Amino acid sequence: MYNILIGGAAGQGIDTTVAILEKLLKRSGYYIYTTRDFMSRVRGGHNFSLLRFGTEEITSHSYVLDGIIALDGETIELHLNQLTQKGFVLCDSGLKNTKEDSRIIKLDMNQMARNIGNAKVSGSIAVGAILKLFGEPLTYVEEVMKSIMKSEVLDVNIKAIQAGFESVEKRFDHLEGGFNDYMLISGSKAVGLGAVAGGLKFYSAYPMSPSTTVLEYLASVGNQAGVVVEQAEDEIAAINMAIGASFAGAKAMTGTSGGGFCLKVEALGLSGIAEIPLVAIDVQRPGPATGLPTRTEQSDLKFVISASQGEFPRMVIALRNHEDSFYQTIRALNLAEKYQIPVILLSDQYLGDTTACVKPYDVSDIKLIQPAKEVEGEYLRYKLTEDGISPRLIPGVTKNLVAADSDEHDERGWITESAEVRNQMMQKRMKKLEGLMEELIEPEFIGDESGKTLLLGWGSTYGPIKEAVSILNKKEGGGYGALIFGDIYPLPQEKLKKLTPNKKVINIEQNATGQLASLIREQTGITCHDSILKYDGRQIAGEEIVSKILEGGLM
Amino acid sequence: MNQFVTYETAWCPGCGNFPILNSLKTALEELGKQPHEVLMVAGIGQAAKTPQYLSANSYCGLHGRALPAAVAAKMANEKLTVIVNSGDGDSYGEGGNHFIHNIRRNVNITHFVHNNQIYGLTKGQASPTSKEGHVTQVQTDGNKNAPLNPILLAIAAGAGFVARASSGDQKQLISIMKEAINYPGYAFVDILQPCVSFNKINTYGYYKNAVNPVGEDHNPADKLEAIKIAMELGDKIPTGIIYREEKEEFHRKNFLLKDGIPLIEQETPKEVLTQLIQSFI
Ligand SMILES: Cc1ncc(C[n+]2csc(CCOP(=O)(O)OP(=O)(O)O)c2C)c(N)n1
Ligand code: SF4
Ligand SMILES: [Mg+2]
Repeated sequence: MYNILIGGAAGQGIDTTVAILEKLLKRSGYYIYTTRDFMSRVRGGHNFSLLRFGTEEITSHSYVLDGIIALDGETIELHLNQLTQKGFVLCDSGLKNTKEDSRIIKLDMNQMARNIGNAKVSGSIAVGAILKLFGEPLTYVEEVMKSIMKSEVLDVNIKAIQAGFESVEKRFDHLEGGFNDYMLISGSKAVGLGAVAGGLKFYSAYPMSPSTTVLEYLASVGNQAGVVVEQAEDEIAAINMAIGASFAGAKAMTGTSGGGFCLKVEALGLSGIAEIPLVAIDVQRPGPATGLPTRTEQSDLKFVISASQGEFPRMVIALRNHEDSFYQTIRALNLAEKYQIPVILLSDQYLGDTTACVKPYDVSDIKLIQPAKEVEGEYLRYKLTEDGISPRLIPGVTKNLVAADSDEHDERGWITESAEVRNQMMQKRMKKLEGLMEELIEPEFIGDESGKTLLLGWGSTYGPIKEAVSILNKKEGGGYGALIFGDIYPLPQEKLKKLTPNKKVINIEQNATGQLASLIREQTGITCHDSILKYDGRQIAGEEIVSKILEGGLM
Repeated sequence: MNQFVTYETAWCPGCGNFPILNSLKTALEELGKQPHEVLMVAGIGQAAKTPQYLSANSYCGLHGRALPAAVAAKMANEKLTVIVNSGDGDSYGEGGNHFIHNIRRNVNITHFVHNNQIYGLTKGQASPTSKEGHVTQVQTDGNKNAPLNPILLAIAAGAGFVARASSGDQKQLISIMKEAINYPGYAFVDILQPCVSFNKINTYGYYKNAVNPVGEDHNPADKLEAIKIAMELGDKIPTGIIYREEKEEFHRKNFLLKDGIPLIEQETPKEVLTQLIQSFI
């Protein structure tokens, strides 16, 4: 497995260089896992991407670097100490940096670019150099570049890659992987794609990092995929639009990050009491308030499970990886329709912006749940039923009249203040949880069942924890397991109760208060013995978890 | 043929909402609408109870949030005749941002604001349209805020159909309602509505003297003239269709909706998903 860092200021083209490299390396057979560490600015600052590639599945970033592409001096300053002895730094010879190091390879990329006839192709020169350094052939360059570049600049960029290729010597061997047929997708795009697969017809949102990628992706495919995508005037409008569209029969979803979710909270309860299906995604970032806009955190769990006044059934699913991002979005749309409830998806910047290889999504047996077309006899929108689910008809599609009401209402949907009806309606709505509980997916167990240490996590720390467990078990000859929650509210408890006894339980979370641990304690009485908590806006890496556990000093 | 039925209400006897409800019923019937084709949307308030009292589809959502739900329902199913009935607090206060931006969005819905210049349901606090000096239990020294001029605001923000009516003149109200419902785009009607319980200033008697229908000679296509009329808010309050302009509505500009096939009737070909997946390989 190899790991390179591409760093520089915002606006220097890190994204483009990474996108080209990812595609070329995947075409050559590698599994790709790229994380993004960006500042909240359009120009300047220090940004970097970590591109890890290998011949087996990769689930975490790593700070041990085989190579650095430095677009500015700061990148060298900040990351040279992470470079292995065999590693290299590739940079332009014009770069001013204070460090002297034999591992630094200076190329006059600017001059080379000018010679090729386009000052903007220095990124492609670096790509060519990287290919050579890692023992890659130029075989796929034309094919891949054609799929990325506009035809006017295709030739110069291919020339630039060749020039870069010829300017360095090979350092590492090509490894043979079998992943060229895999998809390469970011978590947020996978959510968008899953939404399309789940029958989405309407998406409304107000831009907010890091959730905007979902909005932009859906907007880019909306016309083709039959999804009306509307940028709302604010998040309150966004969620109320989604509910209105859903009421009128269009599968609907809204997306934001924590700050926007705060504004949506009242309407979450509207979806609950009016029993209008809704999927809402919160792509988390560090709070409170504006927090760290482009960074990652898992601190909205306790917020979203209890957001909005009053009590109503809801489902919260934490997305763990690029498979969940797709399949759980489909499931969320189905569960929302089936139980006529709000379903909340929790993602975060780390998962949302990380591109990874995944096995092409299997859409052969997706079944979409649809509202009823018509009912026999008298129509009661909020009919009291055995399972709490009432017949949902679509206004205008049926000759019956359909009502939705945010006030407490009777079976017809008319306002009531009757204590008896209130009780019946509360019980009816809460009853839906019973069905939902039966469909909960237990957390995934990874590692050694007989081990004495059990790590607990949820959502995007899945990947880093998975890598950590694998490293730990290799190093220590077993002993470590992990339970990682996707479905998180209502909390599935079976495996928890089965696997926690007689083990040292450690929760690993990207927040300051251990929100999963506290939820588990509240719901089951199980307490964690130790915790690894990180809230600096940077995702914990598998290796960091390993050293925290082995070197001790846990809180 | 009376197709629409009204139900028992919880309004105070003599409330200005009654003539609005009855006028709406008549307007819908005269337009030949069927109850199941009509979706009545509201926020929360006394006015916002209107959908509960008429036999049509109804959506009573959140205070201030009627417009986003209404326009999105229309985006989902263009066949629905979508009508919003809500209060002045709901439409101009809590929902002020949606008011401005849905004028810009120009979705083909009708927005009737029951403007009683007071918060009725919450028992009489100042609303965005309350007169300066209006004393309430909150505005104990009299309302210090200048009242909003919704007609002027709507014209300035680019609305294509802007009217004012009064619940005291049902004949005019019905005729304006019919024009508004038929208007292809966002149609806005501010309806002067006495609140007999909490607004002792803007009473039936007050409106009777103040209301001043624009004459036959008013040309609603003349924007500058319309703005002039909109600014007349002294002793005489002009009513009628104050501004009207044909504008391309939201659906006709939207790639998926422009051909008139309701979104909920559209099927996405299965291959599209396969192609999208393929685009990541
Ligand atoms: C978020 C929220 N804030 C406040 C309220 C309380 N509230 C209900 S109706 C209303 C104002 C009603 O005034 P208006 O919209 O003019 O309607 P009216 O009752 O006068 O017809 C208020 C403040 C609420 N229901 N929801
Ligand atoms: S309080 Fe005013 S607006 Fe409300 S019902 Fe009574 S009279 Fe009508
Ligand atoms: Mg009012």
